[in-house]
Formats: sequence, structure tokens, C-alpha cells
Amino acid sequence: MSDQPIIVSASPHVHSERTSKKLMYDVVIALVPAFLVSLYVFGFSALIVTAAAVVSCLFFEYLIQRYLLKTEVTIADGSALITGILLAFNLPAGLPVWMVVIGSLVAIGVAKLSFGGLGYNIFNPALVGRVFLLVSFPVQMTLWPTAVENNASLVDAMTGATTLGLIKEGVQFGETMTAISPNLPPVQDMLLGITSGSLGEMSALALILGGVFLIARKVISWHIPVTVLATIAVMTGIFWWADPEHYANPLIHVLSGGAILGAFYMATDLVTSPVTKKGMVVFALGIGAITVVIRLFGAYPEGISFAILIMNAFVPLINRYFKPRRFGSRIKAKIM
Amino acid sequence: MTDSILNSVILMALLGTVAALVLYVVSRRFHVYEDPLIATVEDLLPGANCAGCGSPGCRSFAEKLVGTEDISALFCPVGGNAVMHLVAEALGKEVAEKDPTVAVIRCQGSCEVRPKTSEYQGPRSCAISALIYSGETDCQYGCLGDGDCVVACKFDAMYMDETTGLPVVITDKCTSCGMCVTACPRNIIEMRPKHKRDLKIFVGCLNEEKGGIAKKACAVACIGCSKCLDVCPKDAINMENNLAYIDPALCTLCRKCVDVCPTHSIIETNFPPRKIKEVTPVATLNIEPANPQNDA
Amino acid sequence: MLRTFPKGGIHPPENKLTSSKPIQKLPVPKVVYVPISQHIGIPAEIVVEVKEKVATGQVIAKSGGYVSSNIHAPVAGTVTKLDKIVDTRGYKTQCIVIRTDLKDESNLEAADLPLKKEITMEPGEILQRISDFGIVGLGGATFPSHVKLNIKADKTLDCLIINGVECEPYLTADHRLMLEKAEEILVGIRILMHALDVRRAIIGIENNKRDAIDLFRKLTREAPGIQIAALKVKYPQGGEKQLVRALLKREVPKNGLPLDVGVVVHNVGTVFAIYQAVQHHRPLMDRVVTVTGKKLENPSNFWVKIGTPISDLLEAVGGVPEGTRKIVSGGPMMGKALKSTDVPVTKGTSGILVIPGDEASRGKPSSCIRCGECVEVCPMGLEPHLLMNLTEKGMYQAAAREDIMTCIECGSCSYVCPSHRPLLDYIRFGKTIAKQLESNKG
Repeated sequence: MSDQPIIVSASPHVHSERTSKKLMYDVVIALVPAFLVSLYVFGFSALIVTAAAVVSCLFFEYLIQRYLLKTEVTIADGSALITGILLAFNLPAGLPVWMVVIGSLVAIGVAKLSFGGLGYNIFNPALVGRVFLLVSFPVQMTLWPTAVENNASLVDAMTGATTLGLIKEGVQFGETMTAISPNLPPVQDMLLGITSGSLGEMSALALILGGVFLIARKVISWHIPVTVLATIAVMTGIFWWADPEHYANPLIHVLSGGAILGAFYMATDLVTSPVTKKGMVVFALGIGAITVVIRLFGAYPEGISFAILIMNAFVPLINRYFKPRRFGSRIKAKIM
Repeated sequence: MTDSILNSVILMALLGTVAALVLYVVSRRFHVYEDPLIATVEDLLPGANCAGCGSPGCRSFAEKLVGTEDISALFCPVGGNAVMHLVAEALGKEVAEKDPTVAVIRCQGSCEVRPKTSEYQGPRSCAISALIYSGETDCQYGCLGDGDCVVACKFDAMYMDETTGLPVVITDKCTSCGMCVTACPRNIIEMRPKHKRDLKIFVGCLNEEKGGIAKKACAVACIGCSKCLDVCPKDAINMENNLAYIDPALCTLCRKCVDVCPTHSIIETNFPPRKIKEVTPVATLNIEPANPQNDA
Repeated sequence: MLRTFPKGGIHPPENKLTSSKPIQKLPVPKVVYVPISQHIGIPAEIVVEVKEKVATGQVIAKSGGYVSSNIHAPVAGTVTKLDKIVDTRGYKTQCIVIRTDLKDESNLEAADLPLKKEITMEPGEILQRISDFGIVGLGGATFPSHVKLNIKADKTLDCLIINGVECEPYLTADHRLMLEKAEEILVGIRILMHALDVRRAIIGIENNKRDAIDLFRKLTREAPGIQIAALKVKYPQGGEKQLVRALLKREVPKNGLPLDVGVVVHNVGTVFAIYQAVQHHRPLMDRVVTVTGKKLENPSNFWVKIGTPISDLLEAVGGVPEGTRKIVSGGPMMGKALKSTDVPVTKGTSGILVIPGDEASRGKPSSCIRCGECVEVCPMGLEPHLLMNLTEKGMYQAAAREDIMTCIECGSCSYVCPSHRPLLDYIRFGKTIAKQLESNKG
């Protein structure tokens, strides 16, 4: 026997290898390829924005937990790190550092810790930070540096509209898709990330790679990303089929903007998504539908951030109405 | 210009009249008669909603007081006799007189005298750990030390002593509502009369094991030696299952039993220090930590 | 494609260290401590006195009611005390202490009686024998078998399921028994089929016990009505409801019993005990216990007399190794951690698991991240995270509405929770309160 007293606890006496921390760091690993692409495309400015977001998120979490809430400091659990990275991924490269810091404060202070910290927040913290910045500083937040291959000093050089911005603008001025199309980046560029947009939404390929890794590691299930993207594709596809002169084709919609980033990394946030698979599908359908409506008919060219936040609010309701089927309940229903 | 003012005045007046009519009709139509006594009695009660009386709150207790003929069985422990007298006056009924009581912890098994033989891992709740096993020490009767009673107390009259690991009752704040008694899965807490100056004598142990086993588990356990029985002049102590119990109705607080108890498991509180040549009171006694090797 | 139940379940590391170790005979214990409550239901009533001499197999405590069971002297000897001794939960329970008469030869006789295939008893006699000879479910639940076998007139029974799943990691007691007593078990199954008048029996065995599956397949080639089903390895397949679902695609209704879908489930250990009772007039006095653990010198399977202190078993495998911090009675998923090794083996003890210090501690719980993993693995379709929250906040009625009572306490939720939350601890507590509320109402 050991010197220490024997341990008594209730069953089970074994535990799986999974821990919250491991899940969090898997997400961080999955985000690495996308980050490398943005480094390649935007150079140093991408690093500055990401570093600023990560450091300030961790810093605010520490500060608030240590001195304001006086609770245990949990910056090592990886959740603030992910919030920082995802926030940065949703910002344009070259955004002033002080704005990034404000965004982090809103994300950590308002969206996460004021609700009770990890596990209790209703809305995705990174998206709350992003949307806060978008409505507060609309000009800076839509100043997209244009991607020029491997050009470290491009931040000062050029800015341009995103793919979706181009379409929105064009359609508003009454142009037809045939007229807009030549200005749009080709599909292979969208896949590789040679386009303009937020830091992390550049390369569809890198994001899908990370997403597949997460699904393979069972951190997320395929239900949310696949349903979101499928809904976007099907809905935009119907409009495109009905009137291809006014609506872009579904491939552009799926590959451009934050659709893939949102579908794989933001909507799947464990805390703010439903717990059952059925609920996840409903949640993802809602996100897809709202995104398409905002993109096609709203004032903003991109709407997935709003769509996810709106559906986040519905998660408790979804959890309530989409419960797993209780074992043995079907038979009872038959008797009755 | 004047027209529009006039119009608005008329319109508002009309609206007001219609609303008033609706309110009048609805309040008459849906009026529920309620004995005005209930509100009177409720105002007399302390309003703590502690459920110490057995009703879920002061309001429902007031309803019960008004509704029952003979209220001598009903008692508000928080308000005590004073409040019950007022209630009796208001209702014109008889109430029973009760001695004020206070919660006492019938376990002295601190970490020092009652060695831990295992380590519990799980939710820190007495109710849950009692369900899983008999506790970290070898005494299956004593305090589990997870503080369910402290959580249950709505009057901030209890706290956990960090050094002993046992709960402590702040007698001045205790309203004897009895929530801690219900919360304790081991039934350690008892309501005992609060004598003048809060003098109390009680057995601080619930261990029903035979002497040797009880003593091995806890140095201050009642070992059922019956010495207290012999010295008690009032026959207030009875012995059942190797455990002494002092009947508060018979005890005259003479303190003879305290002196003879070999394990110091009888607790006395708030007595003045003894005169010369007496044994030091239990509270300040240095009890040697039990050593299982020596005992074995 | 192997059969299994469709919803939930986990696959913890199997760690069946003792699956190739034949069942050994343990030296006859000097003293046995026989608790009077070894089964679910009313404790038995003691019918012996101190200093009374008892023979092997003599009834020493009589069944205390319908849901209760007789208890027999596992050894011949003298009753020395009617005392209280710690049970698996650390509370003292009443037990009968017998000092073994080491000269009595009946103590040496173990379960090695010759195979007797011919069934001569009538169904009614068989059921009475099972009831009298103290047979309870040996899978761990210890539910008195005669209650399960009493088929009320309004129920129809068309299939007997024999549970050879042993889905708990580490344990190999049933596996070894199936390998060594296959023919006896088959006779036992025929006895039950005869007694219950059913034509069909299925033995469900998980696919990690290929040797047992092959053996039974070979032996039942000519036996009519007995089928062998290989099942995918998945915990908690040994749960009655999961097993019935896996084998027959029938779902036992909520709050119902397998009998509601025409099935009765018995463990292989129970079937062997029934064989001995019916064919050899031998009451339930011993059982197979796996003594295992990663750090043990010689983990093994034993024939153990009921009432043998667990410390004797641990000695037989070379003692408790240095650094042990947890000893579990039963398997790692549903077993109970022991406070003391003085606890005796009872009818329900299927194994003793010795866990070294580095694996004994629970992880530090952190907040729920609502990953939904507990919902995913719950074989009963419950939401453990919700049930835990409701219980923690004292909302027991709401928890009852969320079907907390249907929880089978398999522990899959606590096993997978990445935040190490004590889900089952709370749910188990919530169940006891919900049960109290229910009985108060009725």
C-alpha cells in the first residue's frame, strides 16, 4: 500500500484520454495552415494583428479573472487563445492595433466573462468582438488589403474590395453578373487564398484541411459545417438558376467570404452550438439561410457572422426541442 | 390648433374612462375573497420564508394558522413565543408555549482526533458522499465535513471551521428553523433548549460501535462506559446501542457527567470556568491525536 | 457485420489481463463472513445461532420475502459470531461469521462435479429449486433469479437470452467460466428452456472472446434452439436492455422489463449456478472472481467461497503492490471503490481491481463546455449534462421529467467528459431523491 490514504470515489474508475484542454489545442493546430497562408499573403501585418489579438485576449482574461472577478485564472485552458486567433482571423490585415485590442476586450470581457466564463457564454466571443468592431469602425473594418503574392509591404500599397463586396456593389449599381465576373478572382485563387478579405478566410483549401483534421480528431462533427455549406450552396443555387444575371453562382458563394471559416470554426464552437446532432442540423440550416438572405438582400455583403450570432441565441431553444430519443420511448407511444 | 388640443383631451378622457370601466368590471368579476386575517398574521410573522415551521413560506403558514381550529401544534421557531403570542391575540386562539431551542453539532470528530483513513474524490456534498460510502474516517456516524448544513442555513448562522473540519453554530444567529437538521444525512444536528445564558450539556458523539472500535476511529467517541449514567442525579441519561443520550427535559445542568466522561465526549457550553482542582473544560483540553498503530 | 445496440456506448481499453488464466481453486478460508443482504430486495433472516455447527450448503439465513433470497453456509464449521462487518460502501452490515472446520472434506469440494446432462426434474420443481437454493443474478445486479423466472400469465415469453457479454474492462470471470464449463452452461440453458417452456435461446458474446464463441458454436451444432451471437465490442452491451436491443432489435419500453418484449435475460454465471443447483443439488456457495490490476504480480481468476475476505484474494495474487491507491470491487466502469479489504466476497462480486496511484485519481473538474459528448454516448438517450445541472440546483422534479430514473448508471458519460465532471455522481444522487419524491407521492 502507498503512504497516502486509499482513494474512494464513485464509479467509473477509468476515464478517456480526452480533456477540454486537448480539444482546445486541437482547434489551435487546425488553424495553423490558414494562418500560414495569411502570413504568406499579408506578411508581417497578419502576424501583428494575430499577435495583438491573442496577447490582448489572454491579458484581459487574466486581468478580469484575477482582479475583477477574483476567481481562478484559466488562461491555460486554451479557450482565450482560440478566441484571440479566431478574432484575428475575422479582421482585415493592417487594422490598427488599438482596434484589435478593443475587439479583444469586448470578446473576452463582454461576450465571455460577463456571462460566467468558458461554458456559460451564449454568443461566440470572437464573433461578438468582430461584429462590435464592424459596427463601430465600418471604414477601417472593410479596408481589405489586396493579396499580392509574397509582398511584405503591401499593407500600405493597395486595398480592394472582397469578392462578395464586388458582387454586392455591382448588383446595387444595376450591373449584370456578366459584367461583374471578369473582376472576380478565379476559383483556384479563392481556393489557395490569393484574394482579398479577412485575415483568416483567405484560403478555402487551408481551412478545409484544418476542418477535416478536427472532424478526424472528433473535436467537431461534420453535421454543422456540411449543413451550413450545403444550405448556402442550395439556396444561392436556386437564385442563380432562376436569374444568373443577378445572382452569383453557388461556388463563388461557398468559397468566398467567411463561409468556410464560419462553418468549420465559428459555428462549431462547442459552447455555443447545440448538443444533439439533430439540433446541430437545425442550427446549421438557420445559419445557412440567414447568411444567404443577408448576402443577397441585406446591406452588408457578408452575413455569416450575424447569422451565427443570431442562431447562437436560439441554441437553448434548440436544445430544448431537439432532444435525443429516449431509449424505449417509441414503444410506449405505440401502446398509447 | 385649439381643435387638436381639444381633440386630444377628449380622446384621452374617453380612453381613460374605457380603461377604468374595463378595470372595474374585471376586478369585480374576478375578485377572490381572502380572509383579511391572513394578511394580518403574515405581517406578524418574521417573513424569513425559511420553512422551519413545516410550511413552504410565511404566507402559507399564515393561511394554515388562520385555517386551522387548534393551532397549538403549530409554531414559528424563528419568531418564537413572542410572535406566537401576537398571532394568538390576533386570531383569538390558544398557542403552545415552547422553550427556545438552538442547533447543536453532536460530533467532535475533528481532523486531529478522528484520523482520515481514505480520501474521497467527488462532489463536495454530504448527501452525495454519504450515498457513495461511509466517509473518509472510520466512523460511519460522524460528521462528513462537506458542509451541507452550512449551505442549508438561511440565516448565516453556521460556518465550517477550517482547522477542525466541523461545522460551527453561531448561537446568537440561530433561529432554530431546523433546515440544517434536515440537510444533514447523518442526523448529527439536534435542536436543544437554549437555557439561560445558552448553557448546554450534550453528548458530542453518535457512534454506536462498541467502545474499542469507536475509540479507535475517534479519540473523543462515546464508548458506552455508562459512567455518566451512574453519576447523574436525575436519571436524565440513557444508554442505547453503546451510546449515551442526555434528555434535555430532565437535565439540570449539574455538570457531573462532564467530569466523569473518560473520552471527553460530553460537551458543555458557556459555563463559567471551574473552581480550583477541577478538570480543565473540554473545549481547551489538549486531546492527543489518535494513533492507530498504538491502538492496534 | 456484428450485431450491437445502435445508440451510444463507448469502447474503453479492454485490459483483459486474465483471459488466458484458468480458474484456480483458492485455499479454503479459515473464517468466512457471510452478509445477510447480498441481493437486491429484503435482507434474509438469520436462522442459526452462535456456536451452532453448520454443514456445507445448510441454509443459514432464510429469504425475508418475495424479492429476497436464501443464504447458505459456504463452508462447514461453527458459527462464532453474528456481527456487523463493513460492506462495499464502508457501512456496517449484519453478517454471520463462520469458523471453518478444516477437517471437513466437504469444504474442499468445489465446482468440479461430473457433467450430468439428463434433466429429470419437472418445470415447477426446477423453479422451486432455483428459489430455494439462493440463486441470484451473478452479473453484478444480484436480482433474485426466481423473481425473474416467474412469468405472469399476461406475459408471453419467446426467447431466453444468455448474457456472456462481459463488457466491463479487466473482468474475465464469465469468459473463463464459458471456456471451462461450456457443456454445463449448455445443460443449464436447456434446464431453463425446459422450465420456462421456450424454444429459443441466444447466447450473446462479445467478439473479443473468439475462443468462447467458437467453442459454443462447435458444441451447439446439434443442439436445437440454441444460437450463438457474436457481438461488436461495445460498453455497456451487458446491460439487459442494450443486449436485448442488440440481439433481437426489440426495445424494452421505458420503465419496463425485458419480459415486456418477451425476453428473459440471464448471465452465464447464473446459468451455471442453476445447473449446479438442479443437477447436483448444490446451492449457490461460491463464484468465479477475477482478481486483476496492471501492477499485480499474478492476476488470476478464482473459485471463491462466498464470505471470503477480499484481503485473502489479494494475498493469493501476491499481495497489494506498492503505490496502490484504489481497490475496486467489480469492474472499472460500475464497481465500487473499497475503503477496507476486510470486505467479504458476496454473490455479486465479479472481480477485484487494484488500481495503481497514477491512475487512481480523478481529474480536476472544470466547467461544462457543452460538447455534447455525454449525450452522444448515453445508451439510454438521456442528456447527462442537463441531469447533472438540474440535480446540482435541486430541481429534482424537472430531472424526473427528463427521465433521470431510466439511467442505468453505466458511467459512459463520466468516462468521456473532457471536463472531468462528476456527471454520474450527481445523477445517482438525483435518482435517489427523485425516487423518494415518487414514493412520497404514491
